Amino acid sequence: MQTAGGVSACLPIHSDLDLVWVRQHVRQAAAQLGFGLVEQTKLVTAASELARNTLIHGGGGQMECAPVAAGGVQGLRLAFSDEGPGIPDLDRALMDGFTSGEGLGMGLGGARRLVHDFKIDSRPGGGTTVTVTTWLSVPPRPREER
Amino acid sequence: MSGGFPSPYGGPSPYAAPVPVLRLGDVLLVTLQGDLHDGTAEQLQQDISDTVARSGATGVVIDLSGVEMVDSFLGRVLSDIAAQTSLLAARTVIAGMRPAVAITLVELGLTLPGLRTALSTEDAMRLLGDQGPTLPRPGRTRQESV
Ligand SMILES: Nc1ncnc2c1ncn2[C@@H]1O[C@H](COP(=O)(O)OP(=O)(O)O)[C@@H](O)[C@H]1O
Ligand SMILES: [Mg+2]
Repeated sequence: MQTAGGVSACLPIHSDLDLVWVRQHVRQAAAQLGFGLVEQTKLVTAASELARNTLIHGGGGQMECAPVAAGGVQGLRLAFSDEGPGIPDLDRALMDGFTSGEGLGMGLGGARRLVHDFKIDSRPGGGTTVTVTTWLSVPPRPREER
Repeated sequence: MSGGFPSPYGGPSPYAAPVPVLRLGDVLLVTLQGDLHDGTAEQLQQDISDTVARSGATGVVIDLSGVEMVDSFLGRVLSDIAAQTSLLAARTVIAGMRPAVAITLVELGLTLPGLRTALSTEDAMRLLGDQGPTLPRPGRTRQESV
């Protein structure tokens, strides 16, 4: 299941030790794709926040890590999913400082700032999937206009 | 918290040796290394306040130069250490944070309240030496004040 040396992997998230494996995998996958030290650190930190949410708020789940390509640009995509209670109010959950537990409430909003693309798919009672992507060069964002 | 659990990536084990806490005069020097397991970070918080209370140390220097990532969990642990040691009349200084980690922390949105930073452990020791005895914080010392 854990593919040492590869970029693609599906890692379980059921304990805080699993968070360590997630961080280590994201670090080496990002390095392997050619990300610099700062981007690696941002990705690992975002992954740590999202994986901890999967564990603490989602009751456990998994991370899927995969290389992606769009318009000739390579990127790394991470998807964190759980079958937990879901997020009832996304805007509130993304606000800095909002926590329903004992955290700092900086994880979700912070992770969004640390990556290029960020998407939450969550239904009350239906689990949560957070998918993030960071591109190796300028992110292709056709939707975004000045 | 000890014992073997080899990393599939050959990195340092999260269960590696306990975090060393060195006493240098009135200052405790704590060297963090590698990827800290959540439980290890919480244990460290306990160990530091116990040691400060027991030894009467007036300063704590936490050397972060060997740490590759600080997320909101570790950030909160560091802030809590600063708050606890300040109740015990000691100051905490973070030393040697890597540039990539500092950049990521800013984007994550963490401010690490109560923590001073220094470029190196030597600078941190100097900072603690220069400031003389810790001033009591207003509001925390009601019994002692006039
Ligand atoms: N996977 C998830 N499942 C359910 N709720 C979540 C999930 N991730 C985040 N949340 C909700 O969003 C809030 C904010 O998350 P975050 O910013 O990471 O702060 P914290 O984890 O410190 O509470 C959480 O307190 C929780 O209510
Ligand atoms: Mg969180």
